[in-house]
Amino acid sequence: MVGGGGGGRAGLLENANPLIYERSGERPVTAGEEDEEVPDSIDAREIFDLIRSINDPEHPLTLEELNVVEQVRIQVSDPESTVAVAFTPTIPHCSMATLIGLSIKVKLLRSLPQRFKMDVHITPGTHASEHAVNKQLADKERVAAALENTHLLEVVNQCLSARS
Amino acid sequence: MKDSLVLRSRVPAHPDSRCWFLAWNPTGTLLASCGGDRKIRIWGTEGDSWICKSVLSEGHQRTVRKVAWSPCGNYLASASFDATTCIWKKNQDDFECVTTLEGHENEVKSVAWAPSGNLLATCSRDKSVWVWEVDEEDEYECVSVLNSHTQDVKHVVWHPSQELLASASYDDTVKLYQEEGDDWVCCATLEGHESTVWSLAFDPSGQRLASCSDDRTVRIWRQYLPGNEQGVACSGSDPSWKCICTLSGFHTRTIYDVAWCQLTGALATACGDDAIRVFEEDPGSDPQQPTFSLTAHVHQAHSQDVNCVAWNPKEPGLLASCSDDGEVAFWEYHQTAGL
Repeated sequence: MVGGGGGGRAGLLENANPLIYERSGERPVTAGEEDEEVPDSIDAREIFDLIRSINDPEHPLTLEELNVVEQVRIQVSDPESTVAVAFTPTIPHCSMATLIGLSIKVKLLRSLPQRFKMDVHITPGTHASEHAVNKQLADKERVAAALENTHLLEVVNQCLSARS
Repeated sequence: MKDSLVLRSRVPAHPDSRCWFLAWNPTGTLLASCGGDRKIRIWGTEGDSWICKSVLSEGHQRTVRKVAWSPCGNYLASASFDATTCIWKKNQDDFECVTTLEGHENEVKSVAWAPSGNLLATCSRDKSVWVWEVDEEDEYECVSVLNSHTQDVKHVVWHPSQELLASASYDDTVKLYQEEGDDWVCCATLEGHESTVWSLAFDPSGQRLASCSDDRTVRIWRQYLPGNEQGVACSGSDPSWKCICTLSGFHTRTIYDVAWCQLTGALATACGDDAIRVFEEDPGSDPQQPTFSLTAHVHQAHSQDVNCVAWNPKEPGLLASCSDDGEVAFWEYHQTAGL
């Protein structure tokens, strides 16, 4: 499913000097959230907290630090059980775009209740193969088959693992 | 309308996994299910309840994507992400894997038996459709590799009575194939869907074909023979296929399956919005431009995506469905009076 997986790390970086962005602060805890009696609905900040620390496959940086994911590009409706995440590759020909999208998707699949319908796609106009990447990410059969590929799963798990 | 599709029972067929597909045996007494747990289960009734009669777990190394019964009911074929297709022979409640068909480069997505039982078709993410010939000694020989699609082939289905094969693809098209001389050739390409075509179903006559897609529509295509009264152009002796109806605005996510009941003509769909819908052709609608009405709609038929719907071939109105939630559900459909 992912073309040239891991190719960037072996040799030349596709984008050697990416712009680095400041990490956002911790989420302030509200009184309502501390009240055990009040159900907390899932919001954009919660989704952002799940995906901001995903490692970029190429750089020793997170998707948040590279501005690949931003809270404003996340749409959540808890009552409708939908989450839509748009991500922005650092360069329009980034060969890692599918892998990044897959990592976001896997993180959400593992973290959110199963009732949620997840759409992970490229921010419109930011990638040369936007349509092809979006179509692959939306195809659950191809995602399921890709995740049965042990090598690819290992690469995804590296992106999702906490940095040592 | 709400009461026209009634839940009869629900079984956790593939717990902690997804159930991808269902197939009724030709006599309608057994239902085969397959899933992400790499297993195939065979379901039958005991009294009023559905119970698991057999588990086929030794055949595949990865997800079992689809299963198909031979027309005689003595064999079951299973297509898997492990790039193989297994042929299982039935002895009472036991199933033995008698052959493993290899050749596809990667995931096999679908398998289907021709009505004669002498031909089998498989398709794969490797973009090809293979036609296999079966002889009396249970030997399988690949007689044709069809490379007409430009992408992943999702589904194959045979015409109910003729040796006409249809395939659906990630390239947004449907293709039809028939034997010409010694080889199989693509004889028609059906263009119109705007995204992946996930599944196909012929109507009882075989004159019409329904396709369902990621574009959230169902399209009905009709066959026109050369020299037809309607004046639809055909090239040479090949029939031409034309889209005569599009069901749009009903589904809110990808439609993964469509099933045309061979007994009643009702059309059921399985959708990524967790719903099952049933449509029927309006009485008196123009056969060249038919209209269909939604006659049943169960919003939360399953707790996750519905992957497959299958009408029982003998009991009118008995519908089975399965889902990413791992469950199989059995429904009773009542045709609406005075439609």
